[in-house]
Amino acid sequence: MRKEWMKQDAVVVGESGAVSRRSFMKAGALAGSGLVLGFFISGGNRFARAAETAKPVYQPNAFLQIAPDNTVTVQVNRLEFGQGVHTALPMLIAEELDVDWRQMRGALAPAAEAYKDPAFGIQMTGGSGTVAHSWNQYREIGAKARLMLIAAAAEQWKVDPAQVKTSKGMLLGPNGQKSSYGAVADAAMKQPMPEKVTLKEAKDFKIIGKPTPRLDARAKSSGQQQFGMDFKPEGCKVAVVARPPVFGAKVAKFDASKAKAIPGVVDVVQVPTDRGGSGVAVIANGYWPAKQGREALEIEWDSSGVEKVSSDKQLAEYKELSAKAGLSAKKADTSKLASAPKKISAVYEFPYLAHAPMEPLNCVVDLKADSCTVWAGSQFQTMDQAAAARTAGLKPEQVTLHTMMAGGGFGRRAVPTSDYIVEAVNVAKAYKASGKAGPVKVIWSREDDIKGGYYRPSHVHRAELGLDAKGQIVGWNHVIVGQSILTGTPFEQFMIKDGIDATMVEGMGDPYDVPLNLSVHNVKANVPVLWWRSVGSTHTAFVMETLIDEAAHAAGADPVAYRKKLIDPKHKRHHAALDLAVAKSGYGKKALPKGQAWGVALHESFNTVAAYVVVASVKDGVPKLHKVTAAVHCNQPVNPLTIEAQIQGAILMAVGTTLPGAAITLKDGVVEQSQLADYAIARMPDMPKVEVHIVPSTEPPTGMGEPGLPPLAPAFANAVFKLTGKRLRKLPFDLATA
Amino acid sequence: MITLNINGRDTQLDADPSTPILWALRDNLNMTGTKFGCGAALCGACTVHMGGQAIRSCVTPISSAVGQKITTIEAMEGDKVGKAVQNAWVKHDVPQCGYCQSGQVMSATALLKTNKSPSDADIESAMAGNICRCGTYQRIRAAIKDAAKSLA
Repeated sequence: MRKEWMKQDAVVVGESGAVSRRSFMKAGALAGSGLVLGFFISGGNRFARAAETAKPVYQPNAFLQIAPDNTVTVQVNRLEFGQGVHTALPMLIAEELDVDWRQMRGALAPAAEAYKDPAFGIQMTGGSGTVAHSWNQYREIGAKARLMLIAAAAEQWKVDPAQVKTSKGMLLGPNGQKSSYGAVADAAMKQPMPEKVTLKEAKDFKIIGKPTPRLDARAKSSGQQQFGMDFKPEGCKVAVVARPPVFGAKVAKFDASKAKAIPGVVDVVQVPTDRGGSGVAVIANGYWPAKQGREALEIEWDSSGVEKVSSDKQLAEYKELSAKAGLSAKKADTSKLASAPKKISAVYEFPYLAHAPMEPLNCVVDLKADSCTVWAGSQFQTMDQAAAARTAGLKPEQVTLHTMMAGGGFGRRAVPTSDYIVEAVNVAKAYKASGKAGPVKVIWSREDDIKGGYYRPSHVHRAELGLDAKGQIVGWNHVIVGQSILTGTPFEQFMIKDGIDATMVEGMGDPYDVPLNLSVHNVKANVPVLWWRSVGSTHTAFVMETLIDEAAHAAGADPVAYRKKLIDPKHKRHHAALDLAVAKSGYGKKALPKGQAWGVALHESFNTVAAYVVVASVKDGVPKLHKVTAAVHCNQPVNPLTIEAQIQGAILMAVGTTLPGAAITLKDGVVEQSQLADYAIARMPDMPKVEVHIVPSTEPPTGMGEPGLPPLAPAFANAVFKLTGKRLRKLPFDLATA
Repeated sequence: MITLNINGRDTQLDADPSTPILWALRDNLNMTGTKFGCGAALCGACTVHMGGQAIRSCVTPISSAVGQKITTIEAMEGDKVGKAVQNAWVKHDVPQCGYCQSGQVMSATALLKTNKSPSDADIESAMAGNICRCGTYQRIRAAIKDAAKSLA
């Protein structure tokens, strides 16, 4: 979620090819190197068992399975929830293994030591880090496996390994010998693992950098793909939980008699819920009876002693706080501001946002006396496994956590408190305590999802800029007010420095050479907050890119030229992305139809730069986005098809943040929205035409899941300014109050 | 016992008549291709065909489906139009997380069964009820047009 993580946890590939790292999670750190690979020749998923029984740190059989039919199954040590790693990681292995792409298969790995992120030190998916962090690891696994296959074939054929060549999954000997990889996979596994491998140069790539269709496209187009929601072990019951209306409130008393009378309801139990609250779980033979049972519950809640946030009041407080300086995050001399001939003052408002993944949260738990098996679309396997163990009163090694394919997430499945996992284990515990046995699946309804917390935090920004006669920014005071995502989590010690939550200020100032004096008020509130696709940049890119646009306007300069001048030439990737987007869009050259205008923005997040040139119009007071020309600098592109898809998807999600109704609000502690009718999500008519261009590069790849989101809303707002003369300073957009 | 005709077969199930078709499919018949997204006909993930029309199975009780022909994503493989749509989906690499795509395919198939060459506006109006949070709409548009072409 943060580029700082990568800075402090650089992946180092040593002489031996081993991957070492300084872990940011000391408790979860791998002790040394852990290069792992191996082969299985039989079918079935034996990886889980291998992971359970193998010693930590070094685990064979973890990443690669070559079957007798020559199919290669790659264990993807991540969650696949749309971002394409289930195809990208097999591509990295296939490139070095030298196989036909059609041989490749992907599988999602369970929680295990071997699958920890080499840079983060825990098994997780986030920070747009999968390809960036697995770039060396997965290619090395492929390269080493290939050498072991060659060694095994050479031994069988009694020839020098140097005489054995490979081609598309076949081993070729000097005297016409021929064997499939699958035929020698068993023997190859017994070969010593080569210590050193030479990885291919970019110019020799056959798979990396080529548009490669997703391995899961057919299954996902035909209803065959199994998601967590679809998983139902033998005898599995379904539970829905009545959660407190205010976060952390408790059940005072409840009457379950009507619920228990509903056919199919098998149990009603009180359970602990997130943030020290409690709720009531209805367990039934299916979702429908469970839901009917929940509706029939009579519950009296005790919400005394928990703060009841109201958004209107909170916003007023945030605005008041923003008038005062907070904890200093960035210092600069802003003494010239007071006497500057031109000034810009702005207050920005950002609401809470729900992630609202298409697949509502769910979790299957099979709790036994000395073991617990969890099936969930987890982004945080290591933490979720540990949380399940704590909740069940077991050791982490007694908990098996299977990673299920997930229907979106956008951060909601990476929760430092493991809220939905812990709750599901608590339901299973209460169910077991009431004398029942067997697995239970907790399903969240859409209403549960919208009301269930862990939102992108609401923030207020206040900015005062001074410009000299030439339009140069000579002083910039800036205050940010909002809740910290990280306070109270295990990430606090690594990502909060001197009281400043790194996710609140990321993207502020960069890449512009401006005297920015930045401070932060880190406010506490009884609303659970969490990262939401592109995290802090969902706020900061909007603020930065609309203010720079405003400064350009005040200076009487073209917004592209103004940016180019203000970005130091050392930021080559920013310049390259902006130049490419401008060139491909026709900005400055092409005349637009009457009523349409250009808007420009660029932003770096997760080490990737995205630059957008958009075309928008305003009709009857409603802004409409027509086209986005996107240029992205993510270094070496791995799968251009996925890069395009991620940019399209991030753009659409960002468009969603501009739509009326894209806000979570609270009144007296209760979330006011509950469905996709009152919490706006972008639909097909909202989708602009998107054209994606990739800046060529052979440097190690950077993130792609999130960086496409931040520059969209500001580019759109900048276009709306051109059309209306109004500066939009609120998300979602509201021209009437701008 | 209620008898439903699903994918051309009469199927008996023991469920409350108020049970939505969605949950009868998923929980009673273990047909999980049809997805639960909102339970309120707002997202389209649960789209099936009833009497050839695209309907939201999450709000349609099984009692109202008696005597009707229900078709689900599982039958699209054997349906000329459904298969063409699926092939176009794969060709255009449409899915990301994929969770909404059963519903998208069902809505697109229903569209192409009544409109052999839909315009952009036709596609938008037929598909606006199907949410894709990953933002695959541009590829969906292209895939529908391609499927239409392949069926012409």
